[in-house]
Parts: sequence; C-alpha cells; structure tokens
Amino acid sequence: MAKFEKANSVGEWLDQRLNLTTFNKVMMTEYWIPKDINFLWAMGVLLATTFGILIISGIFLMMYYKPDIGLAFDSVNYTIMQEVAFGWLFRHMHGVAASVVFLIIYIHMFTGIYYGSYKQGREMIWISGMLLFMTFSAAGFSGYMLPWGQMSYWAAMVITNLFGGVPVIGDALVVWIRGDFNVADATLTRFFMLHVFLLPITIMGIIGVHFYTLRIPHVNNQSSEEFDFDEEAEKYLAGNKKESKVIPFWPVFISKDLAVLGVFLIFYFYLVFFHYNFAMDPVNFDPADNMVTPAHIYPEWYFLWSYEVLRGFFFDIAGFKAFDIGLIAFAFANGIFLVLPWLDRDPKILPAHKRPVFFIWFWILMADLIVLTVYGKLPPTGTNAWVGFFAAVAFILLFLVLPIVTKIDAKKRGSL
Amino acid sequence: MSKETNRRDFIGYSFAAVAAVGGAASLVGMKQAWDPLPSVLAGGFTEIELSNLKAGTPETFTWRGKPIFVLKKSADMEKADRDLVVGEDRFTVAIGLCTHLGCIPAWKKDMWKCACHGGEFNASATQTFGPPPRPLDLPPFSVKGTAITLGEEGPEYKAIAAAMMA
Repeated sequence: MAKFEKANSVGEWLDQRLNLTTFNKVMMTEYWIPKDINFLWAMGVLLATTFGILIISGIFLMMYYKPDIGLAFDSVNYTIMQEVAFGWLFRHMHGVAASVVFLIIYIHMFTGIYYGSYKQGREMIWISGMLLFMTFSAAGFSGYMLPWGQMSYWAAMVITNLFGGVPVIGDALVVWIRGDFNVADATLTRFFMLHVFLLPITIMGIIGVHFYTLRIPHVNNQSSEEFDFDEEAEKYLAGNKKESKVIPFWPVFISKDLAVLGVFLIFYFYLVFFHYNFAMDPVNFDPADNMVTPAHIYPEWYFLWSYEVLRGFFFDIAGFKAFDIGLIAFAFANGIFLVLPWLDRDPKILPAHKRPVFFIWFWILMADLIVLTVYGKLPPTGTNAWVGFFAAVAFILLFLVLPIVTKIDAKKRGSL
Repeated sequence: MSKETNRRDFIGYSFAAVAAVGGAASLVGMKQAWDPLPSVLAGGFTEIELSNLKAGTPETFTWRGKPIFVLKKSADMEKADRDLVVGEDRFTVAIGLCTHLGCIPAWKKDMWKCACHGGEFNASATQTFGPPPRPLDLPPFSVKGTAITLGEEGPEYKAIAAAMMA
C-alpha cells in the first residue's frame, strides 16, 4: 500500500487520497482553450446547463406523473398543472428546455460546420456530437408521448410505423416495438422507461465521451489556426498571457461562457414564463383517441426539416414506391451528417468565409433547412407538396455535391 | 505458443463460451419481454352486422384497437377484386389506417383522404394519390349470414386476400 503521512487539513487529507489538485489542473485550470474564439464557443456550456435543467425539472415531474393510459393525461394536466405547487413551472421549464436545447444543438452543430471543426483529427468530436443529437432526438420523441394527448398518440403512431419500412421484418418489428397491435399501454410504459432512465443515462455517458474527444485535438478557433498547445500553455504559465494563444478553461474561458449563459438563461426563462405556448401544442390538450386522427399533425419544430424530407417524395418515381423513397431519403437525412468529415475532401481546416464555394454551399444548406422547416408545418397539398419535394431533393443533392465543392476550393487555393 | 499461454487461452475461451450462451439467452429473454402480452394477443373478435349499413357511406368499427372501415358500395361505385359480396351487395372491408404511416384517413365524398401526408384511397380502398405504398390492409374475417366476425379467417377472407395478392 502507498505510504500516507499525517494531513494538516481536510484539503490535504483528500488530496493525499484523491489527488484532487492534479485532477483539478487537468480538468480545469490547465485545460487549454484557444483565445481566438467568439460567443458561439459558449454553446457547449449552454447545452450542459440546459441538460441539467431538463434533469432537475424532470425529477420533479416524475414524482407525480403516472405512466398508464388511463391516468397519464390527468396526472399531467390536472395533478401537475393544477395541484402540485409550481408543477406548472416544472412542466413549462421541461417543455421549453426540450425545445430550446435543440435550438442550441443546431447552433452548436452549424458553428462546427462553418468553422470546419469536424475534420482532420476532430472526427470523433463530430461523431460523438451527432450521437448526442440522435439520443436527444429519441429522448424528445419518447418524452412527447408521456402526456398522452392526441399529438402524443399520433406522433407515436407515425414514428413507430416508420420501422415498418424495414425490409422483411418491418410489420413484426412495429408490433414488437409497441408491444401491441397499435400504440397502447405497453407502448407508453416502455417509452416512459426509455425517457426517464435509459436515454438520460446514455446521454450522460456520451457527454463524457464528447468532452474526452476534445482532449487530444483541442477546441478549434475562429481562424482555424494550427498551433502547439503545449508551447502556448507554457507561455501562459510563464506569465506571457498576452502573447500566449491559449487561456485556461477555468477560470478564464468559463467567465465569458457564464456571461453568455446569463443572457441565454434570461431568454430561456422569458420563454418559460411568457411564451411557453410554443412548446405546448393545443392539440395535445385533447386526450389520446385511437379512433380519431387530428386534422393536421406535425412534429415539434426541431424535427420538421427531416419530416419534410420524409414526406417530400409523394409520388412514385421509376417504379420505386413513394413510401420507400421517402423513407430512404429520411434515413439519408438523419445519417448523412455522421459522415460529413469524409464528404469534405478539402485537406485544410478553414472557416467557411475562407472557402468561397463551401461558403455558398453552407448558406444554401441553411436556407434549404429553413424552407424544409417552414413547409414541414404546412399541410402537404398543392404547391406546398412541390416546394417540399424540391427542397428535399436539394437537401440530398447538397450532400452529394459536397466532395466536389470542397475539392474545387482546395484546388483553387493550391492545397490539392 | 508456450504452455502457459495455452492454459490462459483455455480459460479465456471457456469464459467466452459461458458469456456467449448467457448473453444470447438473455437477449432472447429481453426480446420476448417486449413482445405483446398474451392478454393482448388474445384480445378480441368483433362482430359487425352488414345489413344495417347505408350504401355509399362507410362506417368505422373498432377491432384490436384499430379502426375498421366497412363501406357498402352504392350502384355508381366501381367493382373491385377485393369486394366482399354478400347477397346482392358489395362491401369494402379495410383496416382504417393509412398504409403510409398509420393515420386514420377521413371519408370525403367518394374517397378516404389522409390528413397526415396527403394520401388518398378510393371506394375500393386502393391508393390513388400520395405516399401510401399499397391499398388499405384487409383484416381477417369470416362471414355468417349477413354478419362478419373480425379476427377469424373464413373462406371469403382467404379468397379476397388471394385476389389482392394476384
């Protein structure tokens, strides 16, 4: 056994046993972040905080929520909303945070795409981040089912039916996922388990991995400049703080992060108290009814773009069924971001404004995603269906031409 | 390979074998825990009296938690292979869930229209527009006089199912 000497303070006693000083250095005071960054680099801390809000508000909701098709609706809309002290607040905090967390995820993602922070050594940051996006999506969907309103029920119906598109075993798979021939009590209880246990714990694990993936390639910076972090850290520690290109995570980087977080939290609580309605669809205040589909159903705003890709293909093309094309396009839309680091054929890391063609590509993608989001909410008839179709085709084409686009930039610059 | 490595390998392989058997068995168990319960599987047969239906307007019944459309065809509606003929009358019997993603289409004048993704089905339950990949599904049924029992596979059902496959 290691030899222990008498400690003179509680801190020293703990330090002997847990080596907290070194741990603190590695994780906080000597974890180096580039200086040349802007407020967009604060999104990670915002996301971690929002996830914390979701966990805490979720714990309070879970104490009164009842996962049973006969009780769920009233436990939310009567017990939590009207009887529990501040129950309404916890519900609105949870619902609004679930919506806002996707806004921040999208900003975080597109910041990464814009500055090229997904490639040349940073692939694992990108992949673990996309896994977080997927698990958050699953958590959002499973949570949406819990109030057991009409939107909960029909969203569950449509999403579970998507698995019917799996070749051969599709129909059996749908019944297996639901535990019944339609969306029923067995479905609600198992999605409750996923929402309150398996998905949150998976998310926590992946967050740990996501932080760790930053360790070796380090955080990117505004001009995508490459430098030796150890060298710059030495300069900082030697007192050349001005000259050094890095700052420690704690307390320097975090101080600016917390300022951005303050602005974000004011915005978030403004929504919670005065504009929570955007996250509380009125249709979901009708109890679930398996015999009546609401006149018009749509997912929450953050799923609209991929939903529109799914339904954009509304007619058969060259013998392929519209259903299958839509499903393949949907799978493509949800999977393609994962391989982004390999679609980008430019060997240099540069921000988009230094990659002329990629810059155009990036903003077309943004515009296309906005069009898909807007039309995803509109009824799929007449002109709307065609706008959806062309926007969905454009989305797929954008990713197919990305290798060419990035090569053109690299060639012009002389890097290829 | 030395003798010692062989012994350690043997221990390793034996553990791998135990773990594989146990792992596979627990996967089967976990898979089955998610299967529909016996009470769900046993759930219900529904009897529908056809003689009370009005021609040209479909009615909706419930079977296993799913809506079932039964339409008595009016004279101007076109005949189809899947028509259930009882006496003089022709009926369309279908599970009322859009074959695209499972919303319930609503009857509008002379067809079922799905609000979710715009799919349409005619009076014979055949898809005529939008993403549905196939006609509305046929529920199993048997015919007794002028009534049908959903959940039982009668000869009339088998004949129609075969005609739809062809």
